[in-house]
Amino acid sequence: MGYFYQINFYIFGLLAIASALAFVTRKSPVAAALWLVNTMFCLSALYIMMDAQFIGAIQVLVYAGAIMVVFLFVVMLLNLGHPSDIADMRGTWGKLIAAGIGVVLLAQILVIQRQRLPRIVPDVEAPRNVITGIAQPLFNEYLLAFEVTSVLLLAAIVGAVLLAKRRG
Amino acid sequence: MHYDLALPSGLMAALVPEIIVVSGAMLLLLWAVWRPESDVHQRNVAIGAAGVTLLAAAAVVYYMVSDASSGPGVIAVDRFRWASDLLFLLATLIAIALSSDFSKREGITTAESHVLILLATSGMMLLAAARDLIILFLGIELMSISVYVLAGLYRRSARASEAALKYFLLGAFSTGFLLYGIALVYGAAGSTNFTDIGRVVSERGFGALPMLQIGLALLVVGFAFKIGAAPFHMWTPDVYEGAPTPYTAYMAAGVKAAAFAAFIRVWLEAFPGTIEFGPPYKVLWWLAVATMVIGNVVALAQKNVKRLLAYSSIAHAGYILVGVLVATPLGASAFLFYLVAYTLATMGAFAVVIALEEVGERNQNVQDYAGLWRVRPWLAIAMAVFMLALLGFPIAGGMGFFAKWYILQAALDRSQFYLSVYLVLTSVVSAGYYLSVVMVMFMRPRAEGAPLPSRVPRATGIVIAATAVVLLVFGIFPSPVLRFARDNTITIAPPSAAASPRAGALVPAANSH
Repeated sequence: MGYFYQINFYIFGLLAIASALAFVTRKSPVAAALWLVNTMFCLSALYIMMDAQFIGAIQVLVYAGAIMVVFLFVVMLLNLGHPSDIADMRGTWGKLIAAGIGVVLLAQILVIQRQRLPRIVPDVEAPRNVITGIAQPLFNEYLLAFEVTSVLLLAAIVGAVLLAKRRG
Repeated sequence: MHYDLALPSGLMAALVPEIIVVSGAMLLLLWAVWRPESDVHQRNVAIGAAGVTLLAAAAVVYYMVSDASSGPGVIAVDRFRWASDLLFLLATLIAIALSSDFSKREGITTAESHVLILLATSGMMLLAAARDLIILFLGIELMSISVYVLAGLYRRSARASEAALKYFLLGAFSTGFLLYGIALVYGAAGSTNFTDIGRVVSERGFGALPMLQIGLALLVVGFAFKIGAAPFHMWTPDVYEGAPTPYTAYMAAGVKAAAFAAFIRVWLEAFPGTIEFGPPYKVLWWLAVATMVIGNVVALAQKNVKRLLAYSSIAHAGYILVGVLVATPLGASAFLFYLVAYTLATMGAFAVVIALEEVGERNQNVQDYAGLWRVRPWLAIAMAVFMLALLGFPIAGGMGFFAKWYILQAALDRSQFYLSVYLVLTSVVSAGYYLSVVMVMFMRPRAEGAPLPSRVPRATGIVIAATAVVLLVFGIFPSPVLRFARDNTITIAPPSAAASPRAGALVPAANSH
């Protein structure tokens, strides 16, 4: 457990830092955004290692999924990056590797579907109250912070609309 | 009344003034977007916002009179908070009145700007209340985001857009410092609560916690940005010049006062004892001196009145920092008295600027005020009062003199000899620019063919008259304000108590039962 955990921590931690560095140094906004997605994935892995599976999943869904996709949409609509920069995948090898990874992922999904996966985890009931650990402090200890955050978001939305509307 | 902050109901009851402001802002927002934009609608919403402000002020006064107290929690329920709240609400009321007139003149018909002022005010009130770094951060962000938008509201001028963008980028930058500082302090102390951090600091010693030291340094940088202390003041003149003048007044008075109120609570409650000795104290000492010197000396070279007032506000941040540095009850009450005088004088001075600038924000140079005495004698007299108050001149400067006097007294009381010398010397330098404005108004002839200033709008006129009269009256009878400042300080224990393992000092006296 110990070594495995340590090694994983360093892998994901270093990957997160490297991706964050790549994110701020890329010239093309699309490439930068994709590196940020990678950072989010690494952070999510770190959360999961800390037994915060829910936050890890939310991290992927909200940040890597929703927010970054919207971000990429905006970037592509504004047409900031040149097509040649956007195309990260160049050459035959890149395509072959991508195809290989795709095949492996597809195979995994099929195997899981057919329940042929050897069980490495003993048959215990999965912890059902993963979210309780977040919900309890959020609505007790940090209730005020939670409510103020919503007011803060309201102010940000009103402000954004107001600034966008005034094209005087 | 005693409030148990561990219960949601107790927390809610202790936050009624903030809840009034926020829910009032939401209702007004609905009303503001319900009808098509027009000047009449804008004015009605402004009246509604002023009503919400007065209602919140009434609630604050009720809490003040009922001597509310609380158990430990994320917010403080003490008199310092209520006094600061009253100050912010005063600044808000004035800013709403000024911005309503300003919007009418400039043809800005968005009624939502008044909603944003209210939201910024709720952030300020949270800042004065915060006893937890998370709430502190959220308060600062709520205030700053609303003010970023207000600064950029007047987009017809390129300067205003530049100012808003600069303010936003630098503000976000300073937020980064603040947030990193908060994270490090949390990492070192294991809590975001001021009381708990204070306990860790006094038990284990500030010197033994390097992470806490770096965290505090970053916090100081973040706060120095917000209060505009040198060398983190670079954004102030450009932003103050470019932003619409009513919101500049709001920034110079309200935003600055709120950042100071939060800073003094962090400083006194979360880091007790570090005020006495050691590097943090020295850093703040130099920050105060640099701010006083740079603010006053650079102000001498300014031609534009808004820039001049911006540098003057930097200089005043330096004076107020002296009040923070003198971490005694005397210093804290001098701090509060100073903020009252500073808010009135700054708001009044900006109101005169609004009254004199024409459509498109022209006539902002000191030279444009030449011979004002001949054409608008009352405006000239009021401006002279504000300038003399900011200078700290006796009698004619009203409360300004006593404000500086009490800060000086508090500094000398703690034998801060050099700090006092710097304060006096830089004040003498400040006479150079404050008096030059007065001289231009009274002694220079009016420029050939200069048009008469247009009529002063009603609300702006009331603000100018009221602030000038209040400054003068309390300059002659300062005792009520002084009593107000003395009764509402943040109560801290004498320095020796900080050395004891569990300094009772951390909890203001009002909360001790």
